Amino acid sequence: MKKFLTVALAGVLTASMLFTGCGSNETADGGEIPDTIVVGTNAEFPPFEFVNDDGDVDGFDMAVMKEVGKKIGSDVEIKNMEFKSLIGSMESGNLDVIAAGMTVTEERERQVDFTDSYYTAKQYVIQKEGGSVKSADDLEGLTIAVQEGTTGDLLATDEIKDSEVKRFKKGVDAVMDLKKGGSDVVIIDANPAQEFVKANEGLELVEDLFDDEEYAFAVQKGNTKLKDAINDALKEMKDDGTFDDLVKEYIGQ
Amino acid sequence: MEQLQSDIYQVFIEADRYKMFLDGLKVTIGVSIAAVLLGILLGMILALMKMTEVRKGKKTIFSVIANIYIDIIRGTPTVVQLLIIYFLVFQTQMGMVAGIVTFGINSSAYVAEIIRAGIMAVDNGQMEAGRSLGLSYTETMRYIILPQAVKNILPALGNEFIVLIKETAILGYVAIQDLTKASDFIVSRTYIMFVPLIGCALIYYVLVKILTIGLNAFERRLRQSDIR
Repeated sequence: MKKFLTVALAGVLTASMLFTGCGSNETADGGEIPDTIVVGTNAEFPPFEFVNDDGDVDGFDMAVMKEVGKKIGSDVEIKNMEFKSLIGSMESGNLDVIAAGMTVTEERERQVDFTDSYYTAKQYVIQKEGGSVKSADDLEGLTIAVQEGTTGDLLATDEIKDSEVKRFKKGVDAVMDLKKGGSDVVIIDANPAQEFVKANEGLELVEDLFDDEEYAFAVQKGNTKLKDAINDALKEMKDDGTFDDLVKEYIGQ
Repeated sequence: MEQLQSDIYQVFIEADRYKMFLDGLKVTIGVSIAAVLLGILLGMILALMKMTEVRKGKKTIFSVIANIYIDIIRGTPTVVQLLIIYFLVFQTQMGMVAGIVTFGINSSAYVAEIIRAGIMAVDNGQMEAGRSLGLSYTETMRYIILPQAVKNILPALGNEFIVLIKETAILGYVAIQDLTKASDFIVSRTYIMFVPLIGCALIYYVLVKILTIGLNAFERRLRQSDIR
């Protein structure tokens, strides 16, 4: 009996390993538009996504996706998870769209397809008031706090020499770490950086140290139907002014 | 299958990522060992504080303090304790030490109960016999009770160590690069979930398995003279 169980268990494990391992979700036939679009996000990134006072996931990306859903004629279901898990979840087929202020990068493009860019952003540096960072070179050798898996993390790890990178689950934790003196600077996207500096005294922004980057929504690799539908909806929204209204409402510029 | 192979290559070989697992493993083992030592030290003190109640037959100031401490530590999640100690007590300095202190304190509450239970499990007749032969309370404890209690305590202590190793997986919350965080990091770079997570799980499993085998052998050795 025991032996049988062992063999059965081993069999199940191997099988599940094979299936999951091979489960690359490449849709060859252009994919399809689901009735309920499952949107993955990480609600730690104001004003693009955050948890509002009612406890619901809110923000610019969410508002845009809901509007897109209306135009396409599908319901939108939001799943809030860790930023670094988003692309993995999409690969295993649990998400149709990622709307998380995600910057288009080459590495990410290998795993997912991006829609047209809907926002241009930058990485800002947050430091304590009167801090020493004035140019990108000043960042060398500093302790840098980031949110793991974000563009700030990639920048700090790959492009800044001799830096110690502290990777937190949330942007807020990185800012708290800076505030308490555990790290010298935080590198994070411009809009959340502004929100964080507004909400915390004694911090200042260093802008324009890094290049522009493009935010886009991600869809499963090969799902061109959904990608095109989102692109069309975005274009429509830009033409009829709803997009700008949402920018004003959430981002305020 | 090819997909799996290329995933494994990306996760472990490319950019020497296996080194991240090794570094993470070092942190995990280091923090666990340091924490368990601290836990045993604190736990022993707590157990002694609690035992004063048994000897006196009523609550003492020491036993009350120990009880409150154990109550609070066991009644709050380890993650919350870690965040409190890192952000509030250590003010984000020395993350590694904050981690060791957190897990040490956390573990001490459980160790205290293990040690106390181990001592209490020795039959009261042993104490009576010792005392009636003219040994003092301390001498009876030292020469009669404790040697027997150690046999009850050590295996349970080993279990506590195993639990602790797995608990350290939450170190990533305060940006310490332990084994779990290493696999997190690789997920965030390769965008592959399956291989890093299973790999990380396997490393923990093997680590715990080795410990379990060692502990079992040790326990067998302790029981050698027992006739049951």
